[in-house]
Amino acid sequence: MTVIKTRINRRSFLKVSSAGSAGLMISFSWLASCTPGTKTLEIPEEWYDLNAYIKIGNNGVVTLFSPNPEIGQNVKTSMPMIIAEELDVDWKQVIVEQATLNTDKFDRQLAGGSQSIRHGWDGLRMAGATARRMLMEAAAKRWQVSVDGLTAEKGIITNPAIGDQLGYGDVALDASNLEVPEEVELKEIKDFQLIGKRVKNVDAKKIVTGQPLFGIDYAGDEATKVAMIVHPPAFGMKLKSMNDDEVKAMPGIHEVVRINTSLEEPQWSDTNAFNELVAVVGTTTWEVMKAKQALQLEWEADGSLENTTDHEFAMKDSMEQMEGHVAREDGDVSKAFAEADEIVERTYTAPFLAHNTMEPMNFYANVSADKAELVGPIQTPENLRESASKLLGIPEANITVDMTRMGGGFGRRLYGHFGLEAAAISQAIQGPVKLVYTREDDMTQGTYRPAYRVTYRAGLDKEKNLVAFEAKGTGIPGSPLFANRFPAGTVDYYKVTNYWVNTNISTGAWRAPRSNFTAGAEQAFLDEVAEAAGKDPIDFRLELFDRAIKNPVGEKNDYDPERYAGVLRAVREQANWGENKPGVYRGVAAYYCHNSYVAQVMDVVKDGDNLPKIQKIWCAVDCGIVVNLEGAINQVEGGMIDGIGHALYSQMTFENGTPQQNNFDGYRLIRNQEAQMDIDVHFVKNDKHPTGLGEPSLPPVIGALANALYQATGRRFYEQPFALEYEKVQMG
Amino acid sequence: MATFTLTVNKKKHTVDVDPDTPILWVLRDHLKLVGTKFGCGKALCGACTIHANGSAIRSCTLPVSAASSLELTTIEGLSEKGDHPVQKAWLEHDVPQCGYCQAGQIMSAASLLASNPSPSDEDIATAMNGNICRCGTYTRINAAIKTAAKNS
Ligand code: FES
Ligand code: FES
Repeated sequence: MTVIKTRINRRSFLKVSSAGSAGLMISFSWLASCTPGTKTLEIPEEWYDLNAYIKIGNNGVVTLFSPNPEIGQNVKTSMPMIIAEELDVDWKQVIVEQATLNTDKFDRQLAGGSQSIRHGWDGLRMAGATARRMLMEAAAKRWQVSVDGLTAEKGIITNPAIGDQLGYGDVALDASNLEVPEEVELKEIKDFQLIGKRVKNVDAKKIVTGQPLFGIDYAGDEATKVAMIVHPPAFGMKLKSMNDDEVKAMPGIHEVVRINTSLEEPQWSDTNAFNELVAVVGTTTWEVMKAKQALQLEWEADGSLENTTDHEFAMKDSMEQMEGHVAREDGDVSKAFAEADEIVERTYTAPFLAHNTMEPMNFYANVSADKAELVGPIQTPENLRESASKLLGIPEANITVDMTRMGGGFGRRLYGHFGLEAAAISQAIQGPVKLVYTREDDMTQGTYRPAYRVTYRAGLDKEKNLVAFEAKGTGIPGSPLFANRFPAGTVDYYKVTNYWVNTNISTGAWRAPRSNFTAGAEQAFLDEVAEAAGKDPIDFRLELFDRAIKNPVGEKNDYDPERYAGVLRAVREQANWGENKPGVYRGVAAYYCHNSYVAQVMDVVKDGDNLPKIQKIWCAVDCGIVVNLEGAINQVEGGMIDGIGHALYSQMTFENGTPQQNNFDGYRLIRNQEAQMDIDVHFVKNDKHPTGLGEPSLPPVIGALANALYQATGRRFYEQPFALEYEKVQMG
Repeated sequence: MATFTLTVNKKKHTVDVDPDTPILWVLRDHLKLVGTKFGCGKALCGACTIHANGSAIRSCTLPVSAASSLELTTIEGLSEKGDHPVQKAWLEHDVPQCGYCQAGQIMSAASLLASNPSPSDEDIATAMNGNICRCGTYTRINAAIKTAAKNS
């Protein structure tokens, strides 16, 4: 039995706050509460707060607050599952509500880096276990017996001595008045009843019936105006002059305002394309959209106007002509290459990518003289509150931020400028406003995934052993390489050098930052090295891991080689690697990022002169304990399809600073027809601390894809998007 | 501005709007039926899919002036209790991730099954190709359509 202290952190989050937060929650409960499954629960007459995460009704119905923002990574189901497990309550009796931003009660209310589960695990278990203990103590008092003899299961407390039972609802009031115990016992992992099961998305019923849930669905009351922004057409431009006379006279248009969201000391999450914008405010979306088109705006250059073709040269030049920063060097690498019997050197590139969450950026703001109410889809609500406070000159204590379900995040909603813009517009017009981006607004002022370029070199000795490895990376801006990740630690002579190209195009985190490129490039390169060494690609990698297990090079190796090798062995078995199926071509890849290990085998088949078709993917994952098996599989599947789609089809290019793609005609995303494949996901079973799944399956699949395509076509793929590279080759 | 009478989910509604207003915005802004989603505004993503006389159409490009004679159905009206075979299959397969594209996916799938009760993989791919899912739930969407076909 694990015993943990309940007061490990300063923020004693298990304290019950006095009045509770009910007031605000009620005002927009349409986007908060949800009952699992399809059954509607009877709402109790009274609720009793056990702690910040749990309230229990007099009839035994339990509300669990999900602290972190939901972007589709399914934490609104999996985080409450962890509480419910330790609370020992029947999942059918649970209502899940999205918690509001409350830094006194909750830690790290952020969605990013696949970290919600990993960071939340201990606190969520503690919240459940503590409440369970308090309910049992309340029952013991009622029966005037010692708590030690009692048991609790599925919301029922039993006194085995006399066979009496009390429901959680019967003792919730008493329990809520008890002192929080100093320490509580947690369940043994083997005793988990709910964790590890397939549990359905708690919002699914609302999603499939079209209930209001998302930020774009929230528009406050009738007084709320619709706002849209106009931003410069190109990076490196700004507004010179504006004529809004005609627009102001258009039906349904109230105001045209210029806003400026610059902050004296911006934080990382304030990254954005443009601070100075024009906002059109009106009654309905369509009227505002039309007015936007009619605005007469003149723009002027304010910096360099960049081009994709120049970017390609700039990246190459940076690696050839700049000094670079050596991030790691083990042994004398130039000497090792000079002595190598054979050298393989390859260069990989990838373009800028837009996030393209299906729900465009939007936010609701209601700012008055001394307070502000912000509601919308945001991955970083705490940062938004801090920046809004600075921008509006209103203390943080007077600003509320409520998180809606998000129609995708992928890193885009880490950067809350649209929340600030809504706040600025609301302050300017002195009333509530709903800011909505068009797809074009969204795609052409992104926080794009940077463009990247990496050159790898591998040196083999006479016996075809890998003896030297070098990677040089650059990007616009910055290198995608991780110096201490595999294959660091497996080769005696190893070096990583990073370069940089400046840009005025705004960039940021995009699902599995840097890994989303590096994994594919590195895994494709290793495939070529294995081939040069005359080795099976899985055996080749396993030999390297063996070296890292038995006799690692250097001390700072950022992975566990046993777990890495573990997923490779698992996928080898799963896919029956080595089996020869006529007409089927296979590629393999493995990667570790965001604390989880993933290996994949992909099968492709030829399709005439077209790019080969993906038939099946096997995927082995080690993310420690799996919390929700259903959600976990869904994340892994989606991550792979997302990775494949972007590697094959997507790119954002620029001409004179102007994004060349602005909607889904120019910008290609993977569609149903291209995603007709079988996927088989396997989780390595262990009792390790759970880690996230929102990102880790995406990066390696690009390597598996490149390697399978090579087997089928005899061509290596070096430039993303691969479908375009293939087309160029086909056309000669 | 002009007055239009529309039939949405079997109910008549009268709205006073600009004749070129897309049905999508009439639904969302005027009728407060926000289940139909805005994704691209150009008939490129399928998020706004509804039924017009039972067939899937993109409501973002259908002007209100052309809709008076049509029986429109939105996700809110697909079934009374959320138990259309497609909705049930979506729950059974736990299809949604972020969920934003799903109303459109469901409306496209329901219209496909209405005209083709046992679609092949190819039929499904063709009918569903206009609906983008950025979260990549396509394999679940397709499995759910098969289940719905079996159960309807
Ligand atoms: S919003 Fe209509 S198809 Fe995208
Ligand atoms: S579920 Fe997120 S876009 Fe489809």
